[in-house]
Amino acid sequence: MPTRIGVVVFPGTNCEHDVVHAVEALGGQGELLWHGDTHLGLVDAVVLPGGFAHGDYLRPGALARFSPIMDAVSQFAAAGGPVVGICNGFQILTEAGLLPGALQKNGRLRFLCQPSRLTVTSTASVLTRQASIGQELSIPINHFSGNYTCDPTTLRSLQDADRIVLRYADNPNGSVDAIAGIANEGGNVVGLMPHPERAASALTGSEDGLVLLGSLLDAARASAAA
Amino acid sequence: MRFQARVEVQLRPGIADPEGATIERALPALGFDGVAHVRAGRSFSFEVDADDEGAARQKAAELADRLLANPVIEQSHLELEAI
Repeated sequence: MPTRIGVVVFPGTNCEHDVVHAVEALGGQGELLWHGDTHLGLVDAVVLPGGFAHGDYLRPGALARFSPIMDAVSQFAAAGGPVVGICNGFQILTEAGLLPGALQKNGRLRFLCQPSRLTVTSTASVLTRQASIGQELSIPINHFSGNYTCDPTTLRSLQDADRIVLRYADNPNGSVDAIAGIANEGGNVVGLMPHPERAASALTGSEDGLVLLGSLLDAARASAAA
Repeated sequence: MRFQARVEVQLRPGIADPEGATIERALPALGFDGVAHVRAGRSFSFEVDADDEGAARQKAAELADRLLANPVIEQSHLELEAI
């Protein structure tokens, strides 16, 4: 049976089909989940994809975290299930308290839509377990609020526990410590601003996202077997 | 009783505010000299039904901190008035 990746669709989400396409190119099965449902069904991992959930009104992710499906996502994460938030999904995970810190407006108040150069800085996560430390990836970013911030105590705990999984080579949005992606303590919940699903084919300029989504599929398979 | 609530949300002191900084940089060109420490924020108003002012304040403050502000980076200020 193929590994099933649930991809949550909120009103305003717009990257769900890209994620499903990339997951299926890697041999997995993508399954769209509606934000108003209260169950995840039989999925082995969950992705909160990019977009503008609930129009990004108030703050990105502020309203999405109250969507009915988020209780099920929290329970799945608490049980060790792999959960990945991409871009708007990362913003939702921080608003929901599943990841620490917050995503502020970009340092220079510019909407950024460009390739970003990233370095893998931890492999202790469901998104980076098949990558190697120091590996360089070129993956697009596409956001206005991707400037990661947190208090100094949280930053130290992220650094000390190897929870910063991706850093920008040139920090285009002003994130603290050039953070592009972080994991929770268990490494099973990951948020990142870059879009690995948009770097899943040479046709669109880069295949560097495949190692990340491949890691997620691998983690989902392992978690389903456990 | 019904109360009019107004909640102001601003970034916490020490958190970089690129919007406020951009406004501040534009001021000299517009002829506004001697203006410093500009901080941008948002304001919300709503009406609350409650038995007394204390209950209304509690409800409005909880709403402000759980939804209107992200306590990781923002702080809220609440003003309440019986109507």
